[in-house]
Amino acid sequence: MTDILQIENIRKTFPGVVALDNVSFSVAPGEIHTLLGENGAGKSTLMNVLTGLYHPDRGEINISGKQVHFTSPRDSLKCGIGMVHQHFMLVPAHSVFENILLALDDVPNFFNRSAYKEKIEKLIAEFDLELDLNLPVWKLSIGAQQWIELIKLLLRDCQLLILDEPTAVLTPQETERLFAVLQRLKGQGKSIIFISHKMREVMEISDRVTILKKGCSIATLARGDFDESKLAALMIGTDKVPQWQKSLQMSDELVLDIQNLSVQNDRGLADLDDFSLELKKGEILGIAGVAGNGQKALAEVLTGLKKTNQGKIMAGAEDITNSNARYSYIAGIAHIPEDRKTIGIAPDMDVADNLIMKSFKNRLFTSGIFQNKKAIRQNADDKIEQFAIKTGPDGTPVRYLSGGNIQKVIIARELSEHPTVLVALYPTRGLDIGSAEYVHKVIADGADRGMSTILIAEDLDELLKLSDRIAVMFRGKLIGYVDPRNTTREKIGLMMSGETPGDMS
Amino acid sequence: MLEILLDATVRAGTPILFATLGAIINERAGIINLGIEGLMLIGALAGFAGTSLSGSLLVGVLAAFGAAFLAGSIHALITVQLRGNQIVSGLALTMFGVGITALFGKGMVGLTIVGFKRVAIPGLSQLPIIGNAFFNQDLLIYFSFILVFLIWYFLYRTRWGLGLRSVGENPAAADTCGFSVSTYRFLAVTIGSGFVGIGGAYLSLASTPMWIENMTAGRGWIAVALVIFAGWSSPRAMLGAYLFGGITAMQLRFQAMGTTVSAHILQMLPYFFTLLVLVISTIRLKKGAGQQPEGLGLPYDREDRK
Repeated sequence: MTDILQIENIRKTFPGVVALDNVSFSVAPGEIHTLLGENGAGKSTLMNVLTGLYHPDRGEINISGKQVHFTSPRDSLKCGIGMVHQHFMLVPAHSVFENILLALDDVPNFFNRSAYKEKIEKLIAEFDLELDLNLPVWKLSIGAQQWIELIKLLLRDCQLLILDEPTAVLTPQETERLFAVLQRLKGQGKSIIFISHKMREVMEISDRVTILKKGCSIATLARGDFDESKLAALMIGTDKVPQWQKSLQMSDELVLDIQNLSVQNDRGLADLDDFSLELKKGEILGIAGVAGNGQKALAEVLTGLKKTNQGKIMAGAEDITNSNARYSYIAGIAHIPEDRKTIGIAPDMDVADNLIMKSFKNRLFTSGIFQNKKAIRQNADDKIEQFAIKTGPDGTPVRYLSGGNIQKVIIARELSEHPTVLVALYPTRGLDIGSAEYVHKVIADGADRGMSTILIAEDLDELLKLSDRIAVMFRGKLIGYVDPRNTTREKIGLMMSGETPGDMS
Repeated sequence: MLEILLDATVRAGTPILFATLGAIINERAGIINLGIEGLMLIGALAGFAGTSLSGSLLVGVLAAFGAAFLAGSIHALITVQLRGNQIVSGLALTMFGVGITALFGKGMVGLTIVGFKRVAIPGLSQLPIIGNAFFNQDLLIYFSFILVFLIWYFLYRTRWGLGLRSVGENPAAADTCGFSVSTYRFLAVTIGSGFVGIGGAYLSLASTPMWIENMTAGRGWIAVALVIFAGWSSPRAMLGAYLFGGITAMQLRFQAMGTTVSAHILQMLPYFFTLLVLVISTIRLKKGAGQQPEGLGLPYDREDRK
C-alpha cells in the first residue's frame, strides 16, 4: 500500500535560524506515527509546513504518491490533512457551533442552521462527548476545547490527523479517553501523527517513531524496535544529563501563607475560590491540576500581576495581600510565566538585553548613565553557554528562537538574582530531556540554598520526582495535599478531577 | 413638536449611520479605519459631482460608493497586503480626503442639484409620531434601514459573515480553516469604505444638496467612536447614530428658538457627547460587555513567529 504521506529532504529557514535542515519520513494508512524530538528540533515547524502555513525552502511532499505544493492551509485541508495545534485555533468569542462550522468547507453561504446543528450533534453523541453547541468557547475547559478541534477534523473527513502535544492539557483519565478515540480512528484507516514529550504515552500509542534532532530526521523505528532508553538516547544524543540528588530538608518555617484567597477574572468568574496554601522555607511545593483550574491566577497574584478580591497573603508575620509591602516583597520573587512569548520576554530585543531585564540597573552592567555593553555581552555569553541556549547570530531577536530556547533565556534571567521564592509555571514545558533535567537541578539546588518553589506543572512524573509536597487544585480550590513518596498517579488524577481525598492529609 | 424633532433626528443621524456601518464592517475584519472622515468627504464630493454631471441621483450614489471604495483600497493595501500601521494609514487617509476634496471641489462650489425627495410609504407614514420620521423619508434613508438588517444578517447568518468575524477575532484560526485572511480583510475594508462614502453623499445629495468644503465637520470621527458604543453591532449602530442625530437636531432647535446660550456651545454638544459615550463604552468594555474583535488592529502574517 502506498504511504499516505511521504516527506523528502524538507528544509526551512527563518532569519538567522535553520529550523529544519533535512527531514524525511513517511506515514502509512492506519498508522499512529510519533514525532519525537527536543524542542528546537523542528517538530512544530515541520507540522506547519505540512499544513501549508509555512513554505519550505526546498524538499518534496507527496500525498498518496502524488507530489503536492501547498501555498495555504486550504491546499493542505483539501488533501485531507488536519491538525490540532498546540495553541488551539479557535475563536473564543464564538459559540462551539460557529467554531465547528468555520471548519466545514462544504457549507453553502446561506446554510440551514438546524440541519448542521443536528449533523454535529450526531457526531458528538457518537464519541460520547458532552458539548453544548451554543456556549461560547471561552467558557469551556481546555480539555473540551481540544475535543472541538478534533471534531472539526473528523467532520472534514481528514485522513491524516496531526496532534501537537494533545495530552499536555489533559488529566491522565482524559488522556486515556483521547487514546481510545485515536485507536478507534486508526481502526477506521485514518493515519495520525502524534507529537508528545511524555515517554510513557509515546510507548503506549505509537506504531512507529521518527526522531528529529536539530532539524534533521535521524531515525525511524517500528514498534518492538524501541524502548524508552533507546529513544531518549537517540533524542538527546551524547549530551550529558546532569546527575543530581534531591536532599530532603524543608523546615517548618512558613514563607508564604495564603488564606481563603478569591480572585475574579475579567469575565467575572472566580479563578481562585476560597483558596488556601502554605509554602515552607526551602520547600518545593508542586501544584497539580489540569491547566485552567486557577494555577495561572495563583501565579499572577503572587507575582503582583493581579489583584485579590478576598482573603489574605501572609509572608511570615507580614500581611502582603494588597499593600505596598507586597511590591517590595515581590521584588524577591522570581517568576517563570506560563505564556513565555507574551509576558516572559521582550520579543524584538536580543538575548543579551533580555537576560539583563531584571538587573539592568545593577552596577555590573552600567558605566555612568550608559550601559556597559561589554559586561552585558559577557553575561549573555556565560548564560548562553551555561544553559546551552541555541541562538542565531548576535542581535537576533529572541522571538526567532524556538520555544524551548526562549524558556531557557527566561529561566537564566530569573534565577540569576538568587530569589527567595520562585513561582514556576510549566518551567519545563517544551524542553528536551537534557535541559529539563538541568532546570530540575537548578530548582533543587535553589531549595538547598533555602529558596522555596511553587512548581506548577502538568507532567505528574515531574511533580512526583521533584516536589516535597504536592497540592492539587480543581476549579480554583485546593483539593488537598499529597506526599509524593506514598501516593499513586491514579489518586492524584482523581483529585485533579475534583474528588476530595477521604483519608489523605 | 416631537414629530418634527424625530424627523430631524433621523435625517441628521443617517450620514453617521452609514459611516458607522462601514466602519463596523472594517473593524469586524480586524482593521481599524481612522480614515472615515476623509472617506465621507470623498463620498460627498464624488456623489455631488456624479449627480451634477449626469443629472441622476443613482449615478451620484454609485460614484460616492466607488470613489470611497477606491480610496479605501489604499488603506487596505497598506494595512492588509503590506501589514503597515493601521492608525497611521487611517489618519493619512483622512488628511488625503480633506486635501483632495478641497482641491477638486473648487469647481463644484456654488453649483446646485436637485437632491433626494421624500417618498411617503403608504399606510406606514400615517402612523402617529413615528410615521412621518421613519416612513416619509428619502430613498437613501430607507436603504440605510435595509442595510442595518442586511449587515446583521450577513454577519450572523451567512458563512461569509462567519468567516469575516473569525478573521477579525482570530485570523490564524480562520486561516487554518481555509479562509483567505487577506481577501476577507481587503474586501471588508474596501466595501466598508464604500458605505462610508454613501454616508458622505447623504450630506451633499439629501441634507443640503450642494458641495461645501469640509462639509462633514467631524461626523466621521463621531462614527469612529460610535463603533465602540455600538459594540460592533449594526442594530446598535442605528441606535447610536440616531442618538447623535437627536442631539444635533435638538441643538439646532434651541438655536432656532433663540436661547441665550451661545451657538458655539450648542454646536459643541454632539462632540461633547462623543467624549462621554467613549468614556462610558470603554468602562462597559472593561467589564466585558461589548465584544471588541480580538484581532483588531493586529496585522496577520502567517509565517510570523510571535
